Formats: sequence, C-alpha cells, structure tokens
Amino acid sequence: MTRPDASGPARDGSARAAVDAAFRSDWGQIVATLIRVTGDWDLAEEATQDAFAQAIARWPVDGVPRKPGAWLTATARNRAIDRLRRDKVGAAKLQELAREPHQEESAEPPDLLRLMFTCCHPALALDAQVALTLRTLAGLSVPEIARAFLVSEAALAKRLVRAKSKIQHAGIPYRVPPAHLLPERTPAVLAVLYLLFSEGYAATAGDELVRRPLLAEAIRLARLLCALMPDEPEASGLLALMLLTDSRSSARIADGVVVPLEEQDRSRWDAVAIAEGVGILDAALRRGRPGPYQVQAAIAACHATAATAADTDWRQIATLYGTLRELNPSAVVALNQAVAVGMAYGPAAGLALVDRISGLTGYPLLSATRADLLRRLGRRSEAADAYREAISRATTEPERRYLAGRLAEVS
Amino acid sequence: MKYVLLICADEAVGAEHAQDGCGGWDTEMAARGVLYGGAGLRPPADATTIRVRDGETLLTDGPFAETREQMGGFCLIDCADLDEAIEIASKHPAATYGSIEVRPLIP
Repeated sequence: MTRPDASGPARDGSARAAVDAAFRSDWGQIVATLIRVTGDWDLAEEATQDAFAQAIARWPVDGVPRKPGAWLTATARNRAIDRLRRDKVGAAKLQELAREPHQEESAEPPDLLRLMFTCCHPALALDAQVALTLRTLAGLSVPEIARAFLVSEAALAKRLVRAKSKIQHAGIPYRVPPAHLLPERTPAVLAVLYLLFSEGYAATAGDELVRRPLLAEAIRLARLLCALMPDEPEASGLLALMLLTDSRSSARIADGVVVPLEEQDRSRWDAVAIAEGVGILDAALRRGRPGPYQVQAAIAACHATAATAADTDWRQIATLYGTLRELNPSAVVALNQAVAVGMAYGPAAGLALVDRISGLTGYPLLSATRADLLRRLGRRSEAADAYREAISRATTEPERRYLAGRLAEVS
Repeated sequence: MKYVLLICADEAVGAEHAQDGCGGWDTEMAARGVLYGGAGLRPPADATTIRVRDGETLLTDGPFAETREQMGGFCLIDCADLDEAIEIASKHPAATYGSIEVRPLIP
C-alpha cells in the first residue's frame, strides 16, 4: 500500500497534492457510502473528515497509497466503527458495517446518486438542497458555502442542521426514487446543479463576478450525474450547457467589466470545452427527448460555434427560443426570443414581440432591449425615453455607463 | 414510520366540503394497511381552547389561533417513509381544495 522509497521534501508536496486530488474526487463517494451503512449523516461527515486528516498526517510519511480512495474509505469506515463502539445505540449499525462488503457487489444504485437525490428531495427547501449538496457531495466547508451565498456562517450551519434533522426525523428515504417518481424528482437535482453553476458564473452579489470553485464543482457534479444517469438526456443537456457557457469565461471579463457576447475576443474561448459540449449535446439530442437544458445548450452552441459575432445563426436561435418558450413559458425567455428575432428578422419584428410581453414591468433588460430596437429603427426620441428608463433601473455601474453612452448617441 | 396528516383548508372552503367524506380514500388506505384512524372535526367556532397558568384554568372560545387555514380533520398513518406518506396524502381529496400537513410522530 505504501511507497517506502519516497523521501524528501518533494514527497511532502506530492502527498499534499494527492490529498487535495482525493478530496475533490472521493469526498462525496466516501460520505455517501458511510451514510448508507450508518444511516447517520453527521457521523458520515465526521468520519470522512477524520480520514482526510489522517491522510494529511500519514501520506507524507508513509507515502501515498496506491488506491487513495479505497484507503480513505477504509479509514473513514474504521473511524465510524470506533465512534459507534463508544456508543451503545451504535451496536445495530456496527452489525451493518460488518455486513457491508457483501452489499457492494449487489446491483444497488450508486451511493453518490442516492446522495444527490436525497440532498435534493423536494420536501427540503431549495436553499437547504443547495447547502446540503455543496456540503455533502462537494465537501465544501460551512464558511466556504456561506461566503458563496452571502449568508452568515451561523445561518448556514443552522440550515444544514435543520435539513439533516428533517431527513432523519421526517423519514426522507436515502435512495434514488423509484421509476415513477424519477421524472418529477430529476429536475430538482438538475435545478440545484444549474443554480450552483449560475451563482458561480454570474454572482448575484459580492466583489467577484465569477466564482471559480462553484463553477468547477457544478461542472464536476454534472459530469458525475451524467455518468450515473447515462439515459437521461437532460443531464447531458445540462452538462453541455455548462461547458458551452463556461467556455467563454476567460473572454467575458476585461478589467473587471463584463464584455458583451458580441464584443468578446473569440480566440480566447475554450475550444476544447466547446467541442466537448457540442459532442455531448449532439448525443443527447439523438435520443429524441428534448428538454429545456438541451434547448438552452443548443442556443449556447449556436453562439459558441460562430466564428464571428456576425456569423451567429440568429434564425436558428430565434427558433430555439420559440421551442424553449413552449417547454418553459416565461417572460424572460420571451424577451430573449424577441432579441433573437430582432437580430434574425430585423428590429421591427423584435419590437412587435417585446411589446407583447407582459409581467416584466420594471425588469431592467426589458427597457434596454426596447431602447436598442427603437434605436435601430431610427425612432430616436422613443429610444431616448426607453434608455432613460433603462438607466433608472440598471443595477450596476458598468451597465449604467453603457446605457448612458447609447442615450448620448440618440439624443 | 408514523405520521399524522393534518387536513387544513380555508374555513369557508372547508365548510363547503364538510359533508363530502373522503371519497373511498379511507377504504383504500385501510385496505393497504397504512391507515390507523382519524376523524373530521367540527368547525373552529365549536372549539374551546384551554390553558392552565399558575394553577388557574383559562378558557377561550374558539381556536388557539385565528388563521384562515383551519384544521378540518386528521388521520394517523403508518408507512415506509416520507415519500409514501406524500403519496398517501396527495390522494386525499382535501389536498385538491385545501392543504395537508404531514407531521412525523415522535417515536
């Protein structure tokens, strides 16, 4: 198991790197396994944490084990057994732990998938689902999650305690739901992963515009979900959407300001991520069961595969937004459709759609879009009014500056 | 696991459905072996609330809390887990016009 030949300070660094890599790849798996065998979420997390602490202490001395994940799982399991031995009510659970190796050979669904569905159980509030997913599946610490979602550590800790207590006391089953519940439960899992991604991609508040760790975790968990649910095209659609959107990350911000899609330096887009996203999306679409994530990924693919902004296939995008509206009717989707139609068939066609949107009064992008279409139609005074309204509703300084520039053009 | 289903509805709506019964739901659940009893309740106007403070019994006419949603009945069920409890509750006709709160019992 150990590498007795490893020696010197370099070994310390590589052992540390191995612990970090194992943390990223194995944390959720180990917690998931221990929850299944002990039924105790806190014990599972603590034992897993102990195992990583031991790895940090031992790997630099003993060397990195050949199978770090197996070493960590065994160590975590032993820690759990130690803790249960000290505890009288643990006796029954101990027997289960002893039986455990036989269960691994059965055709049970993977522990990680159970953990994902349980964390995203619809009887838990959405914020609890998110917090629990990040803590239990991704191994993020309470301060890290609290920072990511701008809540106090105390509030977040309370949210986690409440969620775990409800899982235990309300009888939320630790399992992948049966087939008849899957269609209604899978969207919750996808929604939580997409929320993590969106929060990482365009932080709703705070100093940083992009939160890399959240983005990376969301993509990693989506990859995992695709591997666990290969027959679910919407899981693939979501992963493709994330990859295609994230491919623009490095071109999206310049000097701390968001660069609009059409002005981005496309040579800085991640070609590997785009190719992978398009490939995953194509495979998903071939299953013939389209859904909102696949359609959104298809729209992202239209943008990502256009060599220049002028090459963008706006007709295709307008059609896709029409499909998305059928699947998922919302005023924001209608607005995006109007923008695409305005690009594909001219500003008058776009404006006709914008003027039919209801329920978005006060939404900053509505007046900005109207203003832009009116400007392109040469209706300068109406455009100026719309720009003024958009400026009064804009939420960030860069947006306000951009709109003020446009206003100066038309007045 | 044991749960109580608290069947709640807006008082006026609840009164409208007071004589509906539960459309075979109780028969089905009893046959499934998950129903351990329950009852419909007279309206909150017929309720009396009792508190004992410092040895003194205080009576209030009406329900403990004046809310629009009032409990109109309850059922005790025993089933595998929350998913089954949700499935059972969602089949109750009152779920279509009121709401059903699923509360686990203290074991």
